[in-house]
Order: sequence, then structure tokens, then C-alpha cells
Amino acid sequence: MGTELAGEPATGPGLLLDVRGLTKVFGSLIACNSVDLQIAKGEIHALLGENGAGKSTLVKMLFGTLAPNAGEIVWNGKQVRIGSPGEARRLGIGMVFQHFSLFEALTAAENIALSLDSTTPISAIAAKAKELSHSYGLPLDPGSLVGDLSVGERQRIEIIRCLLQEPDLIILDEPTSVLTPQEADKLFETLERLRGEGKSILYISHRLEEVQRICDRATVLRHGKVVAHCNPRQETAGSLARMMVGGDVHEVHREHPDHVEGAPLIEIRNLSQAPKGPFSMPLRDISLTVRAGEVVGIAGVAGNGQGEFFDAVSGEAVQADPATVRIRNIDAGTLGITGRRLLGAGFVPEERLGHGAVPGMKLSDNMLLARHTSDAKAFLGGGALGFIRRDAIEATTKRVVEEMDVRKSAEDPEASALSGGNLQKFIIGRELDRKPSVLIVNQPTWGVDAGAAARIRQALIDLTRTGSAVIVISQDLDELFEISDRIAVMAHGEMSPTIPIQEATREKIGLLMGGADTGAH
Amino acid sequence: MLESILLTIATASTPLLIAAIGELVVERSGVLNLGVEGMMLMGAVIGFGVALTTGNPWLGVLAGIVAGAAFSMLFAFLALTLATNQVATGLALTLLGVGASGMIGEAFVGQPGVKLTPIYIPGLTDMPFGRLFFGQDPMFYISLLLVAGVSWFLFRTRAGLTLRSVGDSHTSAHALGIKVIRIRYAAVAFGGACAGLAGAQMSLVYTSQWIENMTAGRGWIALALVVFASWRPTRVLLGAYLFGAITIAQLHVQALSPNDIAVGAGPLWFLSEAGRWLLSVLKSVPAQFLSALPYLATVVVLVLISRNRRLTLINTPACLGRPFVPDR
Repeated sequence: MGTELAGEPATGPGLLLDVRGLTKVFGSLIACNSVDLQIAKGEIHALLGENGAGKSTLVKMLFGTLAPNAGEIVWNGKQVRIGSPGEARRLGIGMVFQHFSLFEALTAAENIALSLDSTTPISAIAAKAKELSHSYGLPLDPGSLVGDLSVGERQRIEIIRCLLQEPDLIILDEPTSVLTPQEADKLFETLERLRGEGKSILYISHRLEEVQRICDRATVLRHGKVVAHCNPRQETAGSLARMMVGGDVHEVHREHPDHVEGAPLIEIRNLSQAPKGPFSMPLRDISLTVRAGEVVGIAGVAGNGQGEFFDAVSGEAVQADPATVRIRNIDAGTLGITGRRLLGAGFVPEERLGHGAVPGMKLSDNMLLARHTSDAKAFLGGGALGFIRRDAIEATTKRVVEEMDVRKSAEDPEASALSGGNLQKFIIGRELDRKPSVLIVNQPTWGVDAGAAARIRQALIDLTRTGSAVIVISQDLDELFEISDRIAVMAHGEMSPTIPIQEATREKIGLLMGGADTGAH
Repeated sequence: MLESILLTIATASTPLLIAAIGELVVERSGVLNLGVEGMMLMGAVIGFGVALTTGNPWLGVLAGIVAGAAFSMLFAFLALTLATNQVATGLALTLLGVGASGMIGEAFVGQPGVKLTPIYIPGLTDMPFGRLFFGQDPMFYISLLLVAGVSWFLFRTRAGLTLRSVGDSHTSAHALGIKVIRIRYAAVAFGGACAGLAGAQMSLVYTSQWIENMTAGRGWIALALVVFASWRPTRVLLGAYLFGAITIAQLHVQALSPNDIAVGAGPLWFLSEAGRWLLSVLKSVPAQFLSALPYLATVVVLVLISRNRRLTLINTPACLGRPFVPDR
């Protein structure tokens, strides 16, 4: 069990960074509340915490993009004020961002040049980057356009860019959330090599296995406060999770039937689609059948065609051939979203604010926007005039809120006033309330806290018990292993055959995510 | 006759080119300033006034540049510092510019202006077509230098790369410590200076007098050129000259008689016949159509050469028109 004593804070001359009482306040929210953090030379230090615990705010203050309200930063024994990323870089602090700070319309070399203060010509920077990338085994083509690169390749650019500045401390913000397991292994090798060279690493993650594997010490944040310093190798995943969440996490319960014999509820046949823009993926001959009572998980590194697949199945991108998408044995390929919803399908897109819900509108209005046609009988009155029946809509909204345990501050708040997890619960509940025969969800728990994520996963499983079919697209392999009956993997716009969960291993899925051909097609 | 037509085309295209190349830099930094028309008018009226009172057209040019840049700072303060809606702010700037320039210029209406004289190099200028290359007004050469300079700056210098990066993703740029707002201020000031210069060209070279609202929509055409040229300097050059050429050509067509064609074609009777036929066709369409032709042709040509969607999207500043508020 982690205590304040377990991972004794390093002191003395070996200390690279010593943060004392760092505080950041946004309006009424204390994002970081008197945070202490010590990082020694040559250590990999984990910063653990749930979404919204204040990890990103803390590192933004260390990198000079946010100004702290209180507290001090001591760097190499000297008190410093870090006013800008430029100053942070000059001190020797490098950063690899979670949502990469890259420019899609520029080349890799240009991206690297932009973060270097020097006036070295870009050709020289390109040569240096290429050399460094090869010596670390992270091959990189400096002339390629970032918009054309995979997420893993983009991260390489970030890492090489960071290394070229020869930093003493490298901050990595959730680096593996976008990588295949194999790419993550490669990253860990690089990090261990850097530690061997005497560099320090601040590793931010909520993935406990990784932290236990590579980190020497950990600082755990919860609601902006440090709740523990510990040695992650002396902890269990369960004890670390309890520190992060502050209680036990509800475990999702499901039994996997060996054989699903339900009727096919959604069939996708030979779905191919040209790329819609310069940075979008084509879809290549995708076929998938999902039967009543099963959850099929779609794994894959972000940007391998999952978004395009969701759009094609939901009807946002209408197909030319009606038979490419069949919902409950009816050709639906040429139907739009409303048409497919009328056939009993429900859809939850990836982007909550702006796609799944209108941020500035009340929950009840968002309810009507999604279900105006599929529930016209309940929600609209006056025949062709279509008067809005507020009472019916508000009653349904209330039912969904209660059913999914959506926590809100007002009776009928605007969608943007809800936290990410609560809004996601509302959006999924809005679809579940219709008891859809087919539900397709893209990234159901992205950026959602552990409690809400467990609630959402349980709701998806419960839906299949009533004889519905569910497709879950997710980057989170743990999630897919937890809820899926079968898993398919998308890579470069192609979909692998599905693998029954009993036969699926992380290694197998990881290889497919990296685009390895299993020879199974 | 051909030489004088070409000279008119250059003079008509130059203000479009100067204003558009300035706005191109502004938009490459991710800012949409719809106030070009207003800034041109301010440059035109102040340039004219200063040239008139001092008798020195070059002081007028300088004053036009300063006036355009200063006027654009009003937009920059509202749209960048206060993060107002750029479309609305730019429109307001144009409306303000139209009104303010009319008020300032009331005393100048009908006054004979001071004209910027064309350059003259003995020998070279006197050659056939020499005036075209060695005998135009200085603004013509400045406009070409501006295109070359902007092209070099944007694609060959570190500062230009930084400016493009701010237009591509201001959040990424901010995370790297690039001073987004400062760079955008500089870009808007450059755009304002160019618009002011374009206005001064109109009141000191093109017409050499002040007429209320004399830019007559050229600021808007410059704005459209930037977009249709997919934010590429060489295409802005092409678009501006295409527009200028067709504008002048259709004016000449409207004034031509079949006899002029016979004279122009000389002994080549088939040219003369073809010309007569073409003229009769052009004369049979309504004059309004001919007046609309420059707009139509420019849009069609620039759209056709921008068919490569990939290249267009790469050159499009992804943050165009989006206000940036650093979270601090």
C-alpha cells in the first residue's frame, strides 16, 4: 500500500527538479493544489492520475505554457521562473506532447526546425534528425509531410525534436495512448537507453502496467492534490488504482458465450471508399457481420480508418450500393443517418461536444436533435406542423439522466456544462433508451474517468443481453478485451477478420494494429 | 497600340496584386482581414493628400503605406488582442474606411493630383516595347519585387516558416513557445501597409486624383484572388494580371469597330474575318456580361488550376479566421 514514506523523495545533489507547493487556479477550479514533485537525475518518474487530476496542468507549468499562481520550481539547485517554452528548453526541459504539437501541412524537418532556437539551415537539421533517429532506432524521413504520417511516426518526430535539444529532463504526456503494444515496447527501450545516458524522464500515464514496468518512482495526483509518492514496483495495479481513484473501481461483469447463434443484425459487405481528403484514410473491402447478443470490438491505432468506417456505417457517408450496409436484413447503404436510425440502429460518434451534442444547447434540446424523426410520435405533436412536446422530451431526458447516473449541476444544463464522463453517459444513454437493435459506438470511454467508464461498459454489455448487436470502436485494448466477444483490427483502412476473444492475445492484436498481415484474408 | 494596351493592363493589375500579396501574408498567419477595401481607401486618400500638400508623390506613397498599416492596427487590436470575430471586425474596418476616407478626402475632390512619373532609361526605354519593361511607373516594379520577396520569405526563411506554422496550428505553435499574437500583429501590419500602398498607387498613378470610394471593390477582388490562388504568391500574380487583362480587353472590345480589326489585321484577311466574327459575337451579348467577364474568367482559371485538392489543402492555412486565446 502506498504511503508518503514508500518512495522516499530524493534529496541532495542528485536532485534535478524540485517542485514545491505549485498551485494553479482556473476561476473556481483549483487544477493544481500545492503540488510537490522531486525528480532525481537518471530516473524515470511516473506522474499518475485520472483524467482531470491536474497532470497536464502541472506539466504545462513546468514547460512554461501556463504560469503558476503560487509555488516554486528549483532546477539543479537554483530557483527558476519558467515563463515560456523557450526558457524551459534553454534550462534543459524537453516535452513530448499528448495531442502532438505538430503542423500537418509542414514536413518533419520543418516541424523540428520550428522548435529549435538556432538559425541552423533546415537541410542541416534534417540531416542531424535523420542521424539521431537512426542511432535510436526510430527511423524517420525528414522530408515527409506530417499529415501523411501515422500517429506512431508523428510521435517519433516529437521525440527526435525533443532529443535534438539535448534536454536533461524529458516530459512525456500519455505517450503510449496512441501506440500499438509493439511500438510502445520500442518506446520503452528508447526511454531506458536515455535513462542510461543519465537523462531524467517524467512519464505521465494512467496505464498502471507500463508505470510498474519502467518507472522508478511515482507521484500520484487526485483532484489536483498529491495523494502519494511511491515505488510503483512495490505496489500492485489494484493499489495504484485505488490511490488514483480514491476508492475501488467497479469491475465490469460479463460471461463470454462460446458460440453466438443470434440472427445477423448488421452486415457490412465489401465496403470500399476513396479517401475524402488529403489526410484521410480510404476504406478497403471491409466485411463484417454482427449477430444479436454479441459485442464486436474494433481495435486499431488512431487514424487507420476507424472514423471513416464509423461514418460509412452510421450513414454520415452514404454509400452508392445499398447492399454494402444491411441493418436487420434491409439494405441501408444508401440511407442517411435518420433512415438507418428508423431501422433500429443507434450511433455514438467519437467527438462528444460538437458532434454527439451541441455544446450550447440544453440536454433536452440535444435529446430532440438526435431523436426528432425516430421518436416523432412521442416528441412531436400537431401532425404536419410538428410542434415540440417539451413535457415528453423533458420526461425522457430525466429518465436517461437517472438511468445512466448523469451528474449535473442544474435541472436541464447545457451540454458543455457537463464533465466529459457525464456527457458521454448522457449521449450513450440517449441511444440506449431507444433500445436499439444495433448500436455502434466510437471511442465510448475516451477521456472519461474510471467510474463512468465502467458504467458505460456495463450498459453496453447489458444491451446485448436483450438481444441487440453492438460494435465498439476503441483505441483502448483493455476496454476491448473486457467487453468484446470478438475483436477485429483496422490498419491502413483494412479490417482484419474477427478473432474470438478466447483466442485473442495482446500480442496478436498488436501485430495486426501495426499492419502485419496474418495471411488470414 | 498593343504596347499601350499592355501598359494599361499593368497599371490596372498592380493595385490588385499589391493588396492581394499583403492579404496573402495575413491569411498565411491564420488571420482573415476583410478590411482590405477600407485600408486601400485610407491609403489612397492620405497618400493623395500628403502628395498634394507637399508636392512630393514619394512622400504620398510613404504616407499611404503608414496609413494602411496604422489603420490595420485597429483591426489587430480588436481581432487579435480582444479576440473578436474576424469576419465582423474586418467588415467593420471596411465600412469605417469607406466613411472616414470620404470625410478626409472631401477637400481633395476635383483637385488635380501629383502623379508619380514613370521611369526613363535613355536607350532602353526607347526600344520597341521598351516602355513595357523599362518605362513603367515605379509601383509596377515594386509590386513584382513584393511578390518575389513574399515568396522567398514564406518558403525560404525561418521567419516565414514560423509564420506559416502559426497559420497551420496556433495551439501547436503556442505550445512550442512561438509568439502567436505577436507574429499575427506583424502579418496584419504588413497586409495593412500593402493595402495602403495599393491605395496610394490608385490615387497617385492609376488616376492621380481623389474620388470618393475610388477603389470600387478592388479590395474585395484582392481578397477573392488570395483564396482562389490557394494562398500561393505566383498564382496571385497570375490571377491579378488575368483579371486586369480581361478588364482592359473587354473595355477595348466595347469600343472597337469592325474597321479597326481590318486595319489591325492588315493583309491577313482570314484574321480580319475571324476578328470581325468574334467582335460581332461579343457585341451581340449584353455589355453587362462583358463587364462580368473578368470576374468569371479569373474564377474559372484559378479554380481549374487548383484542382489538386491535396495541394490546395496543404496550402490552406488551417487556422484561418479562428481567434486564438492562450490559456494562461
